[in-house]
Amino acid sequence: MNIRLKIWRQEHEGDAGKMVDYSLNDISSDMSFLEMLDTLNEQLIQKNERTIEFDHDCREGICGQCGVMINGRPHGPLTNTTTCQLHMRTFKDNELIVIEPFRATAFPVKCDLKVDRSAFDRIIQAGGFISVNTGQAPEANDIPIGSPVAESAFDAAACIGCGACVAVCKNASAALFTSAKISHLVLLPQGKIEAAARVKNMVEQMDNEGFGHCSNTEACEVACPQAISVLHIARMNYEYNKLQVLKK
Amino acid sequence: MAKSIQRTLSRKNWMAVTGLFLCFYLVIHLLGNLQLLLPDERAHIQFNWYAEVLSGNIIIRVVSWILFASIIGHIIYALIITLTNNHARNIRYQYDRRSAESKWYTRNMGVLGTVILIFLLIHLRDFWYIYKFGDLPVDEKGRKDLYVLVIKVYSDLWYVLLYVVCMIALFYHLLHGFFSAARTLGLYHPRYVRWVKMFGWVYSVVICAGFAFIPLYVHFVK
Repeated sequence: MNIRLKIWRQEHEGDAGKMVDYSLNDISSDMSFLEMLDTLNEQLIQKNERTIEFDHDCREGICGQCGVMINGRPHGPLTNTTTCQLHMRTFKDNELIVIEPFRATAFPVKCDLKVDRSAFDRIIQAGGFISVNTGQAPEANDIPIGSPVAESAFDAAACIGCGACVAVCKNASAALFTSAKISHLVLLPQGKIEAAARVKNMVEQMDNEGFGHCSNTEACEVACPQAISVLHIARMNYEYNKLQVLKK
Repeated sequence: MAKSIQRTLSRKNWMAVTGLFLCFYLVIHLLGNLQLLLPDERAHIQFNWYAEVLSGNIIIRVVSWILFASIIGHIIYALIITLTNNHARNIRYQYDRRSAESKWYTRNMGVLGTVILIFLLIHLRDFWYIYKFGDLPVDEKGRKDLYVLVIKVYSDLWYVLLYVVCMIALFYHLLHGFFSAARTLGLYHPRYVRWVKMFGWVYSVVICAGFAFIPLYVHFVK
């Protein structure tokens, strides 16, 4: 198949950047989206042009590294799919595909399609530690955890931190990411001990990074590759409000 | 905007609390207005009596101050939140199809809210202001004749249409606002979230259909 491309090119942070047109001929519809970009980069190398930079790592949809706006939607037209798990068969022959980096003030563009998502790392860091003994792995049944609770905590922990929730949100809010990380630990007995401080610190860090407010449009759940539930946002609000009511 | 004193979640709480109070007020307001649907004679006496009781009551006066504070608070927080949100993404997308991922009215609460605010100003000018500060004739019991004013205002078809259009804006605002407030306050249990969503639907339909029906009824029947 043949495709036409419009890709955001930006040399470095602070550079103005612009959309540049490319075209690719005779590519396989079985290629993944990133393989298509690899093919384009091969051709750019042969022409002695600067390659298009984009983040990627596992290419299995579990690391959260890849993520670009494809035709105006994070990770492209399919719901609950990472960019690397998107294939060219999703697109039509001769289709124009527009590729842009995720946009948020807290996610500055470093180069082309690569954005700095370290704001997410700092939110995680602000969460601090959980109280467990170091040393040998403890006996698994020391702390009984019911299967539904373990499953809910795991559903939240499935967040890969790709940033699609921020990219799709009209307010560039990081509520889904932060709440997934809060929910994941607050559901488990090990995480309950520092729950109050964790919620406070992570919410503060989220705000300090310059993310917007959550308007409950629920676009984040639709765009999320892991289909993280917006109910985690409700749980974050609950934990935060509980803290406000009970604080001394 | 970073390092601000108030957290984003706290601001949303104020939006939710003031919004829910306004939701509660709409119920009371609609119940009072239903008296306009009574037969002419009874409606005339009872509506004017009702208006006098409300304006003379100290509890109602306190509630009205809370009401005005809620409206102003809701607007101020909406502005602060919108400005912060605009700052959170200072470069727009060149090609944007994110609208496919959410409902239009959830993304346009500010626009809907502005329509409601304009409506509110017109509404207050034509009823509240005239009742409080204007020259109204008195009815046979010596009470200010608000009923006659209502009938007169609703005799204008354009005015009635304006009301109906604004109630549609209010409907969508409530449809998202009511459920969104519950989520902001922390309702996360899936079963009750479903209930609140359903209740929000019924509430929004009943309130807005009720408010739209009254001017239509007065215009075409009375």
